Amino acid sequence: MIDVDQLRVRFGDNEVVKGISFQVKTGDSFGIVGESGSGKSTVLRALSGLNSEWSGHITIDGKVMRPRRDKSFFRKTQMVFQDPYGSLHPRQTIDRILSEPLLVHGIGDIDRRIDTVLAEVALPGTVRFRYPHQLSGGQRQRVAIARALIAEPEVLLLDEPTSALDVSVQAEILNLLADLRERRHLTYVLVSHNLAVIAHLCPRIGVMIGGEMVEQLSAEDLRAGRTRHPHTAQLRALSIDLEEAA
Amino acid sequence: MMLVDIKNLRVSFKTRTGTFEAVRGISLSLGTEKLGIVGESGSGKSLTARALMRLLPQSATITADRLSFDGMDIVKADERAMRRIRGKRVGFILQDPKYSLNPVMTIGRQVAEAWRTHKGGGRKEVRDAAVDLLDQVRIREPRRVYDLYPHEVSGGMGQRIMIAMMLAPDPSLLIADEPTSALDATVQAEILRLMEDLVSRRGMGLILISHDLPLVSHFCDRVAVMYTGRIVEELAAGSLSQAKHPYTRGLLNCLPSLAHPKSRLPVLSRDAAWLQS
Repeated sequence: MIDVDQLRVRFGDNEVVKGISFQVKTGDSFGIVGESGSGKSTVLRALSGLNSEWSGHITIDGKVMRPRRDKSFFRKTQMVFQDPYGSLHPRQTIDRILSEPLLVHGIGDIDRRIDTVLAEVALPGTVRFRYPHQLSGGQRQRVAIARALIAEPEVLLLDEPTSALDVSVQAEILNLLADLRERRHLTYVLVSHNLAVIAHLCPRIGVMIGGEMVEQLSAEDLRAGRTRHPHTAQLRALSIDLEEAA
Repeated sequence: MMLVDIKNLRVSFKTRTGTFEAVRGISLSLGTEKLGIVGESGSGKSLTARALMRLLPQSATITADRLSFDGMDIVKADERAMRRIRGKRVGFILQDPKYSLNPVMTIGRQVAEAWRTHKGGGRKEVRDAAVDLLDQVRIREPRRVYDLYPHEVSGGMGQRIMIAMMLAPDPSLLIADEPTSALDATVQAEILRLMEDLVSRRGMGLILISHDLPLVSHFCDRVAVMYTGRIVEELAAGSLSQAKHPYTRGLLNCLPSLAHPKSRLPVLSRDAAWLQS
């Protein structure tokens, strides 16, 4: 589904993504882990078309991507951001927020689709005419996911979708994402600094540091400690160490 | 020595439809030790810490059988007395250094200002003290960082700078409200280790507020778990696995784990009875 080859992103003189390559099969889920500044979000923004200053090759669903994308691309690929407080328009009702993608892409049957998608992300129908500030953080992230789903995408790009949420809400959102992927046969690219979250949702994981993807491994290998790069081992040790406190 | 003594603390807000009680009868005491307060958003953990400093919005009402810091009654203290406690005796570290630092003032000047406000001194002396503080929070090249602006440093560095400012007046208690939630895992551990180390070395008390139960228990002696304005369970940090309250257990279980994979995360099912107990 997604094929990234020698992707480079440069901001001025500063190369923040230094030629990374990875593939994601249809219906699969690929995780990118790394510290802040490692370039992981930049990869996602290049994939999503939010940043057009990149070089290399990106192929999504057999189509070679140019820096400028057409409308059908933006229907097929949707993104969910970290901060549900910042990514929803504060002066628009949930109804308006969710109709926007449908209006943009000229998809009809708005009323029914909104009802369906709200049910799918397990939100009560009553939130439809509320504003984002009237919802909790978890509900807001559900709205953001609903907005991404409503145009019936095939690829979901997730940038730290749970790091602004409480752990109990995080569990609900991670379960929801796992269910949706199965039900709708979606392809995910998930970016996070939390190894446990990444390993939970993604069978394959790429580790980034300083703009390079230094290792790709399976979640099982990561759990078992079969790592090759010292940075991966270091991240794993820290994660395990903090878990073992209890 | 008892640094903080809280008995039956309540914080309520007036709303259109009546009063809403956000903190509902909390009792806590703290010596020179490290206490973690854990709970979800809305559990009243931050309000409890803010009540102790009387840093609450006007609409809030505090009542308590006892609310004292180092023997002083916080409920009855006047504003002037409170100002002598805030910052000087008790340091407060907030979640996001991006919003706590002044964006148009160099880091060094901000740290120096914190020092001068509490300790006074000439320009040269204050500058040296500020550089020394930056050095104490293990910032490499403190002299270079002194002249940087907040946007030129990373989040982790920003939080170190906040800690340096808080340490300036030698407080006896440090309250850290989600100090590392905006940072990533490696930096998170570094900052908490730094705080732990400074607190033990200076013989201070620490209240660490967070929603991350395992993380907190890693760095504290004792953990109080809050749910809807009450403490439902208090535990020694080492004995999390023996937690009895279903809420505490639920919080622990719903975390994804690297060592023990779960195909599906158990979701917290809330019991109405927890509201009473």
